[in-house]
Amino acid sequence: MRGIAAHWRLIPQRYNLVGTKCSNCGEKFFPPRVICPNCRRAGDIEEFRFSGEGRVYSYTVIHVPPDGFEFQKPYILGIIELAEGPRILSQIVDCKPEDVEIGSRVEKVFRKVIADGSEGIIRYGYKFKLKDPKEKPRRL
Amino acid sequence: MGYGVYLPKYRIKVGEIAKVWGMDGERVSKSLIINEKTVPSLDEDTATISVEAARNALEHAGIDAKDIGAIYVGSESHPYVVKPTATIVAAAIDAVEDLTAADYEFACKAGTAAIQSCMGLVDSGMIEYGLAIGADTSQGRPGDALEYTASAGGAAYIIGKKDTLADILDTYSYTTDTPDFWRREGMDFPSHGARFTGRPAYFKHVISAAEGIMERNDKKPEDFDYVVFHQPNGKFPLNAAKTLGFSKEQLETGMLIPNIGNTYSGATPLGLAAILDKANKGDLILAVSYGSGAGSDAFIIEVNGRNEEKRNMKKVRDYVDRKEYIDYSLYVKYKGKLKGVVLQK
Ligand SMILES: [Zn+2]
Repeated sequence: MRGIAAHWRLIPQRYNLVGTKCSNCGEKFFPPRVICPNCRRAGDIEEFRFSGEGRVYSYTVIHVPPDGFEFQKPYILGIIELAEGPRILSQIVDCKPEDVEIGSRVEKVFRKVIADGSEGIIRYGYKFKLKDPKEKPRRL
Repeated sequence: MGYGVYLPKYRIKVGEIAKVWGMDGERVSKSLIINEKTVPSLDEDTATISVEAARNALEHAGIDAKDIGAIYVGSESHPYVVKPTATIVAAAIDAVEDLTAADYEFACKAGTAAIQSCMGLVDSGMIEYGLAIGADTSQGRPGDALEYTASAGGAAYIIGKKDTLADILDTYSYTTDTPDFWRREGMDFPSHGARFTGRPAYFKHVISAAEGIMERNDKKPEDFDYVVFHQPNGKFPLNAAKTLGFSKEQLETGMLIPNIGNTYSGATPLGLAAILDKANKGDLILAVSYGSGAGSDAFIIEVNGRNEEKRNMKKVRDYVDRKEYIDYSLYVKYKGKLKGVVLQK
């Protein structure tokens, strides 16, 4: 039952990749920042919705997962470079480890991330899938 | 108006299931007219399928999600018993907060019931657009006949008056209290009246609803370009079409069961989407759902020119063709059927 309020507050981020952007220097942030590290006090932060498009910056295959993810192993955990700049950590689904390459184009999908046992809430959020599983990516 | 669909990527062949139970796969396939069915991944459920279908529908309609005034999700496999799926969809498409939302349940016809509710709200001027979804990740008891057909998938429709792709000319429902199929609170798998599911249940309701709406609108089977019926197996819709006087050609386009199985609340909406993917200006469609318990919703739909101008790029066919086969042991795990372990389901 822990962290329901925290999850609830993060729903816009987790469901829709809602971050922020500094309209002074143009940098975009995910997770959202309230102060622009470039412009400091001169920064002007506003809400920004990421498109959900990106590329695989790096990835690893998890064989010894944490609690709650045991039955998904082996699964792919990637660092996704979003088209708008920020890099985020996310599962890459609907493919096998050998299908993923650094540079593969990905897009966001809506999935169950973890459930708090059989009685708790189900936490949904973004994961990513390959945009074109047959694509041979250009190297970054 | 727009529509969107979603099917999970994984498939299991009927033969693979038959092997486990010592049945002849080819014979089962032939008698049910089904080759394979969709299987949701461990992290997919009715909510995730609904969200993907709804996002596709919004993209197709090209409207602002904030203009949606109502969201209804029809399913018999809502992830929570108490806590609506519709609010998860509302948040995930960013339609919150100025709207009404609810979940519907009526076995396999909850999705078409959602369409009817949206029609009423739109027609009365209470809302500008309504979002109606039919989606399921249905379960069949291992070894039961339903295990060969129960699958997962969904479709979403945006109902409105402006810039429609097709116009619903009429809807008519036929409802009785018929206990052909049920699942009690807390039970994992449904029970059914086996042979009782045919004549007094499926056929009586589908045929009465189809005849009722045709009579009311002075239409005959030959006036329609396409027809889609609920598809619990491949045989039932074929027989219903035959009884009513529809040809195989009229039925073909919306018959998805052979390659995806019975998507329950998703079945009639998905079949209709497959027809809209192809239909041209002036085409007339008859759609008849069926939900056990029991009732049928019938719709007469006329396609207009905007359907061709604004063709849906995420076609049912693309989702049907996007597939990866799994064996029975993985299937058991994906469906969360293992006893004694709490799978993430
Ligand atoms: Zn800045």
